[in-house]
Amino acid sequence: MAEPARKTDTAQPMLSVNNIEVVYDEVILVLRGVSLEVPQGKIVTLLGPNGAGKSTTLKAISGLLKTEDGEVTRGDINFMGQQIANGNPEDIVRSGLFQVMEGRRIIEDMTCIENLRLGAYTRKDKGVKDDIEMVFEYFPRLKERTGLAGYLSGGEQQMLAIGRSLMARPKMILLDEPSMGLSPLLVKEVFGIIEKINREQGITMLIVEQNANFALKVADYGYIMESGKVVLDGTRDELLNNEDVKEFYLGGGSEERKSFKNIKSYKRRKRWL
Amino acid sequence: MNFELLFQLLLNGLIVGTLYGVVAMCFVLIYKSTQIVNFAQGEFLLIGAWVCYAFLVEMSLPFWLGFLFTLLFMMAFGIILQMVVLRPMIGEPIISVIMVTIGLSIFFQAATKWIFGATTASYPQVFETRSINLLGMQIETAYIMSFVISLFIMAGFYWFFKYSKLGLAMRATAFDQQVAQSLGISVKTVFAMSWAISALVSGIAGIVIGMVNGVSSALSVIGIKVFPAVILGGLDSIVGAIVGGVIIGLLENTAEFVDGQYLNWGNLFSIAPFYVLIIILCIKPYGLFGTKDIERI
Ligand SMILES: Nc1ncnc2c1ncn2[C@@H]1O[C@H](COP(=O)(O)OP(=O)(O)OP(=O)(O)O)[C@@H](O)[C@H]1O
Ligand SMILES: [Mg+2]
Repeated sequence: MAEPARKTDTAQPMLSVNNIEVVYDEVILVLRGVSLEVPQGKIVTLLGPNGAGKSTTLKAISGLLKTEDGEVTRGDINFMGQQIANGNPEDIVRSGLFQVMEGRRIIEDMTCIENLRLGAYTRKDKGVKDDIEMVFEYFPRLKERTGLAGYLSGGEQQMLAIGRSLMARPKMILLDEPSMGLSPLLVKEVFGIIEKINREQGITMLIVEQNANFALKVADYGYIMESGKVVLDGTRDELLNNEDVKEFYLGGGSEERKSFKNIKSYKRRKRWL
Repeated sequence: MNFELLFQLLLNGLIVGTLYGVVAMCFVLIYKSTQIVNFAQGEFLLIGAWVCYAFLVEMSLPFWLGFLFTLLFMMAFGIILQMVVLRPMIGEPIISVIMVTIGLSIFFQAATKWIFGATTASYPQVFETRSINLLGMQIETAYIMSFVISLFIMAGFYWFFKYSKLGLAMRATAFDQQVAQSLGISVKTVFAMSWAISALVSGIAGIVIGMVNGVSSALSVIGIKVFPAVILGGLDSIVGAIVGGVIIGLLENTAEFVDGQYLNWGNLFSIAPFYVLIIILCIKPYGLFGTKDIERI
């Protein structure tokens, strides 16, 4: 079933970002022509080093750029046929696009359930209670935590942040570094759930990551950004087999990588770039 | 020692203190969600009381209707005040915003004097005033009404912040504005609504006090008493505001007792809360209930 779907979705991606330029405080140019597409139902990942502009790209899409004095000064962003560049975050959430911000950002002086109910703020229907149960099914350990969310572990907070986004019943979720600060085992668990949510709920995802290993395991397609530009993109397999990607983002998966000499050359090459 | 008088005064203190607590909550509500120190809080009581007076006496509306109209008026007043005066101040230095609220306080004082005159007015008799005997003490029914209304408002606040969508949104905005926006909450709406609710509830408090003591510019003095209460309770804690209010009420009346029975200095009751405030702040600089961020170790 997955294969024919892939061919038809070339028609009209759910989200397309076309050559956007983003400026903070009217002077700091951070994105210099970023384009990407996210087809409906897929998981797309956006990789890149610190400061590349990954979070900025997500904030440009979700409208949160405004809250940091940033602006899309060129290009356009199209979500399900609507122009959303420089739109209001509330309107964008209401149209079905939800950003889970970097660093989890749960409301620490509220309980898990209160945090989840907040996720449903824009909804008017009666299904909120059922959806809280649905979130607890994906993240069973949240159900046992009845205290303030500020006392949850880092992993649990990340789960709560993702669960909260589900409460909005979004069509697409933008996830900013879900692996941040989590142990490899937890990262694996979280990504497993992300994939499950995508499969079961049909929610389209754009995931920003530094941890390319994990991100490319779940993603259908990936983009790699460096200093405000997309430098490479391709399907999961294309990226996994790309020599540069292997070297810089996957920590060199091949055997030679283990020899001391090669590590040194890797470091040297990185400095040359 | 005159125990009967002491108990009577403590009871008064409790009743007045819960009312202080209500006004202190209104103050904290604005501070928590918009980070504005509202020096015009006392004038909200004044305006509420006078507007209700205008509806009841000048327009001769029945009490319930006049009361309802006053609530609507106060709500609109809070929203418009926030939108017109305080929204443009977002992002300005704190001191400028404080100057604006002090200016508002002076302006509303003057405006109510100009419109309604400087003399004390009283509401038409709404409830029968008489004293009832409770455990050997005389309490006026008006005081009991005030106490019941205060408790009612507190329960309402609790429900609102714990269960209503808007209440949760206001707490979220107080905690982290950017995240609130990422959840689809309009910070503008939250700001306007916190002023609206604060003005509305303060207006009710103003009417309640107006019924007991009459309506005059003295009502806004509550706005000053609220400061020791909220600072005592911690500026950002609603529960603290209530506790602080009650403590201030009790303190005032204890001071009155000590002063009247032994010291005979006169007016000790109005300054005692401030002395105690200073002492408590030396021990607990964030107030009794003020929170620092949760630190995860
Ligand atoms: N609010 C802001 N105002 C000014 N400059 C900003 C702002 N936010 C980010 N920047 C700058 O924009 C650049 C890209 O930042 P961004 O947060 O998008 O990077 P990132 O790829 O998400 O990095 P990381 O992996 O560290 O999260 C950085 O140089 C950063 O200093
Ligand atoms: Mg980032």
